[in-house]
Amino acid sequence: MTGAPPAGAVPATAWTEATLERIERQTARVKSFFVRAPLRAHAAGQHVDVRLTAPDGYQAQRSYSIASAPGDPLELAIEELPEGEVSSYFHEVAQPGDTFDIRGPIGGHFVWRASDGGPLLLVGGGSGVAPLMAIVRERLRTAPGVPTLLVYSARTWDEVIFRDELLRADAADADFGLVLATTRGPAQRAGDLARRLDAGLVAGVLSRWGQAPRHAFVCGADAFVETVATALVQTGMAAAGVRTERYGGPSR
Amino acid sequence: MATRGFTGKRPADTDARRLPPGQYRTEDFPVLSMGPTPRVDLARWTFTLHDGPRPLASFTWAQFESLPRTSWRRDIHCVTKWSKFDTEWEGVTIDDLLAAAGVTPPTDYLLAQSFDDYDTNVPVADLVEGRAMIATRYAGAPLAAEHGGPARLLVPHLYFWKSAKWVRGLRFTKKDEGGFWELRGYHMYGDPWREQRYTDDP
Ligand SMILES: Cc1cc2nc3c(=O)[nH]c(=O)nc-3n(C[C@H](O)[C@H](O)[C@H](O)COP(=O)(O)OP(=O)(O)OC[C@H]3O[C@@H](n4cnc5c(N)ncnc54)[C@H](O)[C@@H]3O)c2cc1C
Repeated sequence: MTGAPPAGAVPATAWTEATLERIERQTARVKSFFVRAPLRAHAAGQHVDVRLTAPDGYQAQRSYSIASAPGDPLELAIEELPEGEVSSYFHEVAQPGDTFDIRGPIGGHFVWRASDGGPLLLVGGGSGVAPLMAIVRERLRTAPGVPTLLVYSARTWDEVIFRDELLRADAADADFGLVLATTRGPAQRAGDLARRLDAGLVAGVLSRWGQAPRHAFVCGADAFVETVATALVQTGMAAAGVRTERYGGPSR
Repeated sequence: MATRGFTGKRPADTDARRLPPGQYRTEDFPVLSMGPTPRVDLARWTFTLHDGPRPLASFTWAQFESLPRTSWRRDIHCVTKWSKFDTEWEGVTIDDLLAAAGVTPPTDYLLAQSFDDYDTNVPVADLVEGRAMIATRYAGAPLAAEHGGPARLLVPHLYFWKSAKWVRGLRFTKKDEGGFWELRGYHMYGDPWREQRYTDDP
């Protein structure tokens, strides 16, 4: 945790009211939800907990990563899961002006700050790109020279969340690289992959990048994170340099 | 205050009684760890009890496997909100472990320590009298590496981060010292029924 909370902020872990300000469709299954809440400033990589309350008092809680850079309006990128209790509420019911409970920011390990430097490897699967997006944005603003590679696995080109912003960063910033791995659709750019990430592919991508990552952040469904984190250690990366955030998901 | 338009999917009544506040039931067995899964070689595995820096007793894998074994069926609760019912474990209770080592707890607190440098604090009172074990088998098979194998601490009545994976020993401490997550915003004790998720939770 950094310094003192800004005046008027609540303790990091108290529930407070969030107001939904804006909803932006990202892909067929993902929307960004911009919320206003009196939380203390977050660090890139952290998450919040949200809590929904039914008229009879029944409550459901889930965690969502913060996709926005520190200082920007809080953005949550939520994927709709079939029958998902909380994600379906956000996708099917929530409208600007609605309120719900929120607490955070939470998490003191899956966090990157400019002072951590690089080379920085970010590997995300599906909505697991959300906290990595916060890191990409924070790096661009505070440490643009840090060599950074984002390897991002999505089902198809059209399911790449933040696609335009990432392509722009890739084109504009010589120190930022983007490799898209699509598991159910063709590769669209030179260097992109049309396969599920496995140990061989991870090693290949790293050797083409030509940097030895000092920090790796891996986020997504459990099985994805397990595969990638294991592969990174096999390439010789120190286990302590690999941080993981596991979203859950079906067992293999 | 109610969230407009949210009705939710209530668990069945029988589930609801077994679910601590803020938890939902899953049939999966999600994985939660701070980094990659360490692969621990049984030939080099040891389990050591320390009083502060001082080693008290140590077991090789073969020695550990010869200790009395206990089977439990328990509900487990992860701070990331999932709970899993009726998980089946086998291992050595902390009571049996201390008896075999001839160790009487020298302090009221300890840190469970793992091969990946993870650690987590648990009061000794929460580990003895049949409340915790070092588990080496899950659902009838050797505990998978992803879930903490070869051996993990199992303290089912606390949030599951207290059940340190890849455990290599217990270190008694004079006072209650925070471990990995406890120093990173998570609660010192972690009782799911009191919803002690984060540092400031009562
Ligand atoms: C630290 C953390 C950060 C997270 N950040 C994000 C985020 O930024 N964006 C986001 O969309 N989600 C994120 N998640 C996942 C999120 O918390 C919920 O688990 C998810 O939205 C499903 O909740 P639900 O109520 O909609 O579905 P539920 O009603 O809980 O589950 C519906 C069904 O989906 C299955 N399921 C659960 N999780 C997954 C999964 N990941 N993939 C496939 N199937 C699944 C369940 O097994 C169940 O069958 C994060 C999780 C954690 C632990």
